[in-house]
Amino acid sequence: MVQKLECLKETPSQTAGPYVHIGCTPNFCGIAGVYEADLGVAMVNEKTLGERITIRGRVFDGTGTPLRDALLEIWQADSNGLYNSPSELRGAADPNFTGWGRCPTNMETGEFIFETVKPGQVPFNDGRLMAPHVSVWIVARGINIGLQTRIYFDDEEAANAQDPILMRIEHKNRVPTLVAKREGSAFVFDIHLQGDNETIFFDV
Amino acid sequence: MSNKKLETGAFFQRDRQWHPPAYTPDYKTSVVRSPQRALLSFDNTLSEITGPVFGHSILGELDNDLIHNFAKPGQSAIGQRIIVHGRVIDERGKGVAGALLEFWQANAGGRYRHKREGYIAALDPNFGGCGRTITDEEGYYRFRTVKPGAYPWPNGVNDWRPAHIHFSVFGHGFVQRLITQMYFEGDPMIWNCPIVRSIPGKAAIEQLVAALDMNNTIPMDARAYKFDIVLRGRRSTLFENRVEGN
Repeated sequence: MVQKLECLKETPSQTAGPYVHIGCTPNFCGIAGVYEADLGVAMVNEKTLGERITIRGRVFDGTGTPLRDALLEIWQADSNGLYNSPSELRGAADPNFTGWGRCPTNMETGEFIFETVKPGQVPFNDGRLMAPHVSVWIVARGINIGLQTRIYFDDEEAANAQDPILMRIEHKNRVPTLVAKREGSAFVFDIHLQGDNETIFFDV
Repeated sequence: MSNKKLETGAFFQRDRQWHPPAYTPDYKTSVVRSPQRALLSFDNTLSEITGPVFGHSILGELDNDLIHNFAKPGQSAIGQRIIVHGRVIDERGKGVAGALLEFWQANAGGRYRHKREGYIAALDPNFGGCGRTITDEEGYYRFRTVKPGAYPWPNGVNDWRPAHIHFSVFGHGFVQRLITQMYFEGDPMIWNCPIVRSIPGKAAIEQLVAALDMNNTIPMDARAYKFDIVLRGRRSTLFENRVEGN
């Protein structure tokens, strides 16, 4: 016999279901007056530092149909590469940038849109710099456990080539599934749950 | 939180055998919404161990009272009055302070206030179905609501969801993010539900069943149910291989 390792089990995940809006974005689905505004609607204000960008896209199922009932959350560093989080020990992040956004996909078109700033570079655990990126979490009816991935940017070619996470991807032809493409003033990031272009999802 | 040492270690690896897999064909919608390729695994970086934190200032006075937060003045929602309470802890058993919990549910008749909802049960004009709260210094939370009804849903010909409350939970790191559902002790519908059964193990399912808690029941007012939530634990940072200055 050895000593016992006391460790609880994480509460198991269950799907967010089709009515996730009621709990997470009630104003979006017509339940007005309970909360002043839906959380995560605004990441920036007029004083936020850095380059303003729009990230938009859709989430496609295995038949190529966009999900019109998904909810996305993003989390990113500010323009100097600092997170607005108590666990950020390297310095104070821009107080005018939350770093966190939440957006339901449009009930007709399936599109999500985030108004944010281009994140700065954040160090990997060995000190190398990671390329600018945004962490993404996707929940929806039919998704049993929230999907995690990252958004990188196609105008950061040099940084992307040195990114410790992108570099460890075995199938290089899948790397573009993590890279948003600039189209005019916006970056477009489509997410594919299945198929030839299945997005690389993370176990982190 | 102020008198506690700030923790910045990586989170324990998620036990994906304990959680439902992505592909669960008895829950039909998962078939075309489940990724099929292997997930990319790597140890947490700063992007994973950090996360948004919400202050109590975002909360309104009635946010944790679903009986009244959508009701007209002087009125209240119809249904069995209940208090749901518990503690958010991590896998090490430590209380998670300052965790934002958001919850949503059907009304007492099993009807959601949502335009995509087609069930014939009546809407309650005094029930919106959403609420939120933030855990205290020790991780405890509570809110008041009515017990939701069971309802049919389009999956099998005759599938019904057991009474449940949806929970969205934030911890301290973005990868602790969790959405789950709470069920009620003694409900025989739990064991027939394809969404419940997406979870492979009986012990894991039982972790989602709140216990009737008569000790915390308020006499002549509201019964209590206790529902504890466990988030991922994290490593001690004493020997982390971080470069100096990071």
